[in-house]
Amino acid sequence: MESSQTFPENAIRAIADDQLRDALNKVRDGFGGARRQIAVDRLPEFDALRDAARDIKNHVITHLDLYLERFEQRVQESGGVVHWCETPDEARDLVLSLCQEVDARTVTKGKTMIAEEIGLNPFLEAHGIAPIETDLGEYIIQLADEPPSHIIAPAIHKTKDQVADLFHEHHKKYGKTERLDDPGDLVDEARQVLRRKYIEADVGITGANFLIAETGSTVIVTNEGNGDLTQTLPKRHIVLATPEKIVPTLEDASTLLRVLARSATGQEFSVYTTFSTGPRRQDDLDGPESFHVIILDNGRSQLVGGKFQDMLRCIKCGTCLFHCPVYASVGGHAYGSVYQGPMGAVLTPNLVGLPTTHHLPNASSLCGRCEAVCPVRIPIPRMLRHLREQSHAARMVPLMERWTLTGWSWIARRPAAYRLWARFMAGILRTMSGRSGRVRHLPLAGGWTKGRDLPAPQGETFMDRWRRMGGAGS
Amino acid sequence: MSARETILRRIRDNLGPDEAAAGAVADRLGERAAGPRPQRSQLPHAEQVDLFAEMAEEVDATVVRVAGSEDVPQAIADYLSAHNLPARLVIAPDGRLDEIPWEERPTLEIRRGIAVEADAVSVTPAFAGIAETGTVMAISGRETPTTLNFLPENHVVVLRESEIVGTYEDGWQRLRAQTEMSGDVTSMPRTVNFITGPSRTADIAMTLYLGAHGPRRLHIILVADDGG
Repeated sequence: MESSQTFPENAIRAIADDQLRDALNKVRDGFGGARRQIAVDRLPEFDALRDAARDIKNHVITHLDLYLERFEQRVQESGGVVHWCETPDEARDLVLSLCQEVDARTVTKGKTMIAEEIGLNPFLEAHGIAPIETDLGEYIIQLADEPPSHIIAPAIHKTKDQVADLFHEHHKKYGKTERLDDPGDLVDEARQVLRRKYIEADVGITGANFLIAETGSTVIVTNEGNGDLTQTLPKRHIVLATPEKIVPTLEDASTLLRVLARSATGQEFSVYTTFSTGPRRQDDLDGPESFHVIILDNGRSQLVGGKFQDMLRCIKCGTCLFHCPVYASVGGHAYGSVYQGPMGAVLTPNLVGLPTTHHLPNASSLCGRCEAVCPVRIPIPRMLRHLREQSHAARMVPLMERWTLTGWSWIARRPAAYRLWARFMAGILRTMSGRSGRVRHLPLAGGWTKGRDLPAPQGETFMDRWRRMGGAGS
Repeated sequence: MSARETILRRIRDNLGPDEAAAGAVADRLGERAAGPRPQRSQLPHAEQVDLFAEMAEEVDATVVRVAGSEDVPQAIADYLSAHNLPARLVIAPDGRLDEIPWEERPTLEIRRGIAVEADAVSVTPAFAGIAETGTVMAISGRETPTTLNFLPENHVVVLRESEIVGTYEDGWQRLRAQTEMSGDVTSMPRTVNFITGPSRTADIAMTLYLGAHGPRRLHIILVADDGG
């Protein structure tokens, strides 16, 4: 996995990658906004639903302790077990011991970002347990031994030919020796291969889109049906979740579900939305014999009551990634993080700390599209600015950049000095540009002029003109 | 201190004291208030049935409407022959399906129970149909095992028109009424499935394909009844 610490270099490499460009262009033409907009236009209540969704999440976060206790109580009443973990290490150890308890050799997995967050697959493999990803996108990147590049479309960076090569290489051992070319055939082959795995698996691990306090239910949303086979066929179902996934009631979940699918994929509703409550009942003919919910905190409770509390509203729909011009140019891997794009640029520094991730809040033009489309109205640009301020204050930004910003902020707050300085600089730039009217090289900003010229300022400064035209407050 | 205590204490410390909190939570859980519900589902029942069929077809389910239970075997036989499928069904051991005169179609081989890998076609009832998005609501139980909804390539749902409601919230209300799921008793079934069309994926090159892991086809037989 690439590192967040080298985001600028990662981005340059990503932009030069032709296959990635092809894949990202498909994203732009597909999910990049049009599909969401069609779904939104069909539902006049959409904005009211976004407000309601935001309010539900805010209510939960400000009563989070009580709802978590209530959820735990309900899970226990329905015969399940709730476990609490502070760190990824604790969560990994716990999953391993829950698998070992039932002598698991094969574990199927629905899509769960928490498992990515705790690095579960390599850990299980190191302990002799084979984790099998069942979401087709996750399965593809598991074969490729790569991290996901999008929270809801993990293999979005892979072209069809790359998938064809991967299947050709990895499916030989199942007697499938022909290299397939048609995407439909590729889907079929994965279906056949994974079918066996569902049936062999001893434990099924899923994530949770929501946890319902009223009933102690966990909710997953998929289009493939992989999550349902994963959690129905094995004898044990383990759910990986985080505290902020709680919603009070089934009605509240319904409101959130209405904005989730439309925002994520532009669908009216995902194909499968599944509510799971406890293990199979005495009379049930199928379903898991035991049900364990792991609530991993990993820094989230620290966000309650602070500047970044709004981030806990995130329902991981991924629409801010689809709408971000930076994500659309560099893809997900450049972020070097489990969570990418705008939401990742806020969440990742909060989970793992700014020292290793301070480039991420800069991976944004602050254009505001992320906030404009967010189903729970998270003010992402504002939080990116908070993070930039923090990294500036903590001196993580290079010296020259810090000096420049400090100088800028000093002069920008002193109008008289600013006017003088602007007039002076405009003159200098005009002199430097000579007859061409363009500055070809700026001292101290050589990186910026390396790829472009700076047009020299023309005429008077804005402040001078404003004053001459009798602007207010001058 | 356990992880549980540490996490809960940190949340409490960060939130600060709030004496009204416990009351607010109890009220919210008691009221179970609904959010904004789409107007398009607020219709007379007959139009909700039409909306259900229209929305289900939009997401690639197929829908046929029959006049009564007695027509279901014929509708299933038609479906099997249209898709060149063997005349073997695994069906939910459910009272509502037992009312269907299967014996009129002696060539249909029928097994009642859970689905296994070899099963190609399942037939199940549904708990409700949600008009809003053409969604089938299914619950797990002794008579309705969950594997029937996911393992076979063809899932046939026999849904009575009277079982169709407008919104998800109406579905929950129906469930609460049936299971007497009051505020203090957890009687949610192990699994509640909302199924909207057949399984699909766009994970290979952003191109949509039906039948990723769940059923390739979802066929809904809408049975007219007097209960609407």
